[in-house]
Amino acid sequence: MCSAKALLEVSGVGKRFGGLAALSEVSLTVQAGEIYGLIGPNGAGKTTLFNCLTGLYDLSEGQIRLAGEAIQGLKPHAIVQRGFARTFQNIRLFANMTALENVMVGRHPRTRAGILGSVLRTAAERREEAAIREAAHFWLERVGLNAKARSLAGHLPYGAQRRLEIARALATEPRILALDEPVAGMNPSERRDMADLFLRLRHDHQLTLLLIEHDVKLVMGLCDRVAVLDYGRKIAEGSPASVQRDPAVIKAYLGGHAA
Amino acid sequence: MDIFAQQIVNGLVLGSIYALVALGYTMVYGILELINFAHGEVTMVGALIALAVIGALLGVAPDLPGILAVIAGALVAIPACMLLGYTIERVAYRPLRQAPRLAPLITAIGVSIILQNVAMLIWGRQYIAFPPILPQATFQIAGAQVSALQIFIVLLSGVAMAGLWFMVQRTRLGRAMRACGESRETASLMGIDVNRIISTAFIIGSALAAIAGLMVSAYYGLAHYYMGFMLGLKAFSAAVLGGIGNLGGAVLGGLLLGVIEALGAGYIGDITGGFLGSHYQDVFAFLVLIAVLVFRPSGLLGERVAQRA
Repeated sequence: MCSAKALLEVSGVGKRFGGLAALSEVSLTVQAGEIYGLIGPNGAGKTTLFNCLTGLYDLSEGQIRLAGEAIQGLKPHAIVQRGFARTFQNIRLFANMTALENVMVGRHPRTRAGILGSVLRTAAERREEAAIREAAHFWLERVGLNAKARSLAGHLPYGAQRRLEIARALATEPRILALDEPVAGMNPSERRDMADLFLRLRHDHQLTLLLIEHDVKLVMGLCDRVAVLDYGRKIAEGSPASVQRDPAVIKAYLGGHAA
Repeated sequence: MDIFAQQIVNGLVLGSIYALVALGYTMVYGILELINFAHGEVTMVGALIALAVIGALLGVAPDLPGILAVIAGALVAIPACMLLGYTIERVAYRPLRQAPRLAPLITAIGVSIILQNVAMLIWGRQYIAFPPILPQATFQIAGAQVSALQIFIVLLSGVAMAGLWFMVQRTRLGRAMRACGESRETASLMGIDVNRIISTAFIIGSALAAIAGLMVSAYYGLAHYYMGFMLGLKAFSAAVLGGIGNLGGAVLGGLLLGVIEALGAGYIGDITGGFLGSHYQDVFAFLVLIAVLVFRPSGLLGERVAQRA
């Protein structure tokens, strides 16, 4: 049942807030190298699932495995350490730091310098600091932001902030990158650029992508498989084409729930 | 001797000490939005440990050069205070991380009282004299008399502050601290162990506090279990004056408060026709604190507090 290439296995995950079941019995499996879409009406529980996956919320029930290792109950930083990175629906950059510094923060889980190295400026610390800077420039370049390295993140235009969040997440060297509505608020040409970027990232860095998105065209064009959430339950899963024809999905989107 | 120049010098010396302590308040506040009222007591513990070491050393080797004895005292007091700061955070504040903000604040006051009383049990209620082992040389600078100790205090504070600034701006740890200051949750999702960074802020702040405690006791020539209370309150006022959460603000606030206090102490007799003497100097720190809270609650350089509070 546990296939060899499954990178992320979510089984029977539930999350309750008081009496409200935000997620119930959600199970899905993301294969390594896949672009996996997560869609559903507003309030379906997509972001809640992201928050469960990244350790912000404790699960009420169920299990999450990343590359075979159970990660539920781990602290967010420990989950990042194991290769799960994310971006946010409402951008959450460190606004008072430069673009470069934001990405340098992303190197934190892959570097070590502590209080002694930082205060004493040991040779190892200086080498590592140079490597952090170099890696940060590399990721800025990948998302096309190297020219803005010295700008304060909070001063960047909206589209650039979205891309900066991606660069910062990539700097943590994830195996799987979870993107929460990465093209929201973008125009069609910016959306195409982002889709190209995702494909390049998958190709060049063997990255697996988990994508929450409302733009149906983007999801259908980009994703290998799609899961549909509605009222905290998975109501469909499969290829974009098959999901699009699924009566349950059509009903969820067009309304008419028999709650 | 020019009273104005003299009081400026005295104020800058006092102000550098306030600044060192204020940095500890502001670093912790910047990340946790917690006023660590026990921070003043850490300076007291630093001073008393250093004095105990110095006293013991001079007891064994009376011919030891004074400066070496003081350095030895610092080398024991600084790590001891770092450990104390770490322990305070671990034991008193971390378990309350999810509690309403008032709970850790009250706990901070509790920790402060505990530390005072433990220090009183260990070192007694009496004033402990700082032995006269430091060079007594003085210099005339711009009409003011400046002692070697005063110069040393200002220089050492300057070095410590520059080191902190560099650490915060240019190292992995400093970036992580700034990231936690902007959003602890987002920082944790970038792989930063937030508890570790909070511990680091306490450890660094406590090291600075130990240095400040040693400076104060050397400057006034004495130390006792209650000395951290007033020093802590003044440094807190300095941090608020500069804009709490802002490191540059803590330094600016500390220096300004020191100068205001020294000038106030120097001129209060003239202003009130001798009715109030220079022992009223403590009044000025709190007048400043009240004025800031009324007219510019975010402090001179701060903006974030107003948004957050």
